[in-house]
Amino acid sequence: MKIHEYQGKEILRQFGVRTPRGVACFSVDEAVAAAQQLGGAVWVVKAQIHAGGRGKGGGVKVARSLEEVRSAAQHILGMHLVTHQTGKEGQVVRRLLIEEGAQIVKEYYLGMVIDRSKQRVALLASSEGGMEIEEVAAHTPEKIHKVWIDPVAGLRDAEADTVARDIGIPAAALAQARTALQGLYRAFVGKDAMLAEINPLVLTADGRVLALDAKFNFDSNALYRHPEIVAYRDLDEEDPAEIEASKFDLSYISLDGDIGCLVNGAGLAMATMDIIKLYGGNPANFLDVGGGASKEKVTEAFKLMLHNPNLRAILVNIFGGIMKCDVIAEGVVAAVREVHLSVPLVVRLEGTNVELGKKILAESGLPIISGNDMADAAEKVVAAARGA
Amino acid sequence: MSILINKNTRVMTQGMTGKVGQFHTVNCKAYANGANCFVAGVNPKKAGELFEDIPVFASVRDAKQATGATVSVIYVPPSGAAAAIDEAVEADIDLVICITEGIPVHDMLRTRYKMQGKRTLLIGPNCPGLIIPDEIKIGIMPGHIHRKGRIGVVSRSGTLTYEAVGQLTALGLGQSSCVGIGGDPINGLKHLDVMKLFNDDPETDAVVMVGEIGGSDEEECARWIKDNMKKPVVGFIAGITAPPGKRMGHAGAIISGGQGGAEDKLAVMEECGIHITRNPAEMGRLMQKVLKG
Repeated sequence: MKIHEYQGKEILRQFGVRTPRGVACFSVDEAVAAAQQLGGAVWVVKAQIHAGGRGKGGGVKVARSLEEVRSAAQHILGMHLVTHQTGKEGQVVRRLLIEEGAQIVKEYYLGMVIDRSKQRVALLASSEGGMEIEEVAAHTPEKIHKVWIDPVAGLRDAEADTVARDIGIPAAALAQARTALQGLYRAFVGKDAMLAEINPLVLTADGRVLALDAKFNFDSNALYRHPEIVAYRDLDEEDPAEIEASKFDLSYISLDGDIGCLVNGAGLAMATMDIIKLYGGNPANFLDVGGGASKEKVTEAFKLMLHNPNLRAILVNIFGGIMKCDVIAEGVVAAVREVHLSVPLVVRLEGTNVELGKKILAESGLPIISGNDMADAAEKVVAAARGA
Repeated sequence: MSILINKNTRVMTQGMTGKVGQFHTVNCKAYANGANCFVAGVNPKKAGELFEDIPVFASVRDAKQATGATVSVIYVPPSGAAAAIDEAVEADIDLVICITEGIPVHDMLRTRYKMQGKRTLLIGPNCPGLIIPDEIKIGIMPGHIHRKGRIGVVSRSGTLTYEAVGQLTALGLGQSSCVGIGGDPINGLKHLDVMKLFNDDPETDAVVMVGEIGGSDEEECARWIKDNMKKPVVGFIAGITAPPGKRMGHAGAIISGGQGGAEDKLAVMEECGIHITRNPAEMGRLMQKVLKG
């Protein structure tokens, strides 16, 4: 689960990481009032959306007067901010962060990830702040310093100081850098994060070390023990279809094709998308109905797919293990009747009670196209989507 | 001989008395030699009771002492599953198979850290388990799709593993052992670990390796295969069409920071001499072709 920059900074401050003072705002008037309240002569008006690359997309402006704050806020609020992470349509900006300006002397990069091979939390730090870490990794990998953190000892003082020196933080600021590094690690573990980035971490002219940005992604499997993180959820930033799916415990991801697929199991669901593509079609979604899909779940899954105006055909691919094919067949028949299905439907069943399942489909009187195996089903659904 | 377990293995079930544990314990017990294999359950609140004639013990240690079980399968819900693994590791169990999906990743980091230097092996979490056809099934896979034979199967997925097995069986190619290593980012045995076991197993002639997007597990395995594997390997990677940055159902199935994409994995696998297919319906037929030379 992702959160906004201003929320990430709230978390960082709880763990002792310093940030510029700032206020989250939902309107232009609030933005101006916030700037007034913060005081000073320079402010930064920052679009709050979950995607990265906001600055390049025009979502971050420096203002040198309250009038400039007003005009920047007017410009950014409501804009469709397009970045390399949003897609062509962009993301509508509904929230702003108004922050006091900082006189930046030097920018650094801090990141934290789960290293799957080493099975440790890894700290990544670089002198190349403000740049995308993938770029740095591709062109100057020697500028990325890594520490694999011992889960019992945590990030040790000496480790934090070494990495701070390695990225060029001056001696006078080492103590502050240590606080930032260790605070980031404690936040990462304490809040069950999967990914965290402070890019940039800056050294200011008056010698402070500040987190100028904050990005977090949390482990959705651990949200049950973090109601405070769940409270940060902003549904405006999520795909409505994916929100609807999560209510029914369906794993759904929208894609840009026209062939819907409903599958049990994540691996088979991906493989089903792949084989649709292989046979010349384009998948409209990833949809895993899970191990124990009921009639209701299957019906909701059909409704979800049918919300997509591009949908031209549906492929149901079930390999029954725990899930019995007759149960899923009954669910499919009920769903097709309830939603008055208007696009061609291909169903491929295999596994537990497959014969019974096929019989239920055949005797339903519905125009369901039967797929004998994955390849046959893919071929048929691609043909059906093309109107062949 | 088979890998990791056989018909004489004695198994305890942690979380046996829950709904999921009960369902699968009944099925595992009914498969092949299961009635002799599944000898104990663990639940501190139900110690002394019986489920399907299987005695329930208060702890893994008690169950091990009383029954000699050397393997544990876990169905404990996500919030307590990592602690259940820890308990089995503390009790020096040989092999733990954790079926549970949805364990927080930081819990697994701590559990894997505690496993360093211990003898216990872990399969999973978030996996279908392990089956030796006609001998023993520990997990949630449908037993009836398997046939005894000489092909090893290793996979990060559940139903996609069944798909591979179903294709092999339909072509008359039986399986020696099928291992689901699970779809989580932090897990126990990797493709590589299982591949080494298959390489040394005299009852395995060839291996089907099913991977998916995320991480670099398949690449590491492929590089080892290039230099060491004595048997042919057929490979498939799910997720060629998966968009970057999205978790595709499995917690570990995500392309992040430009890494873990399916095409990159397939390229490394092909380079290392694995017979790859991009068509998930062709895993069985490709194996048949490879075996015919």
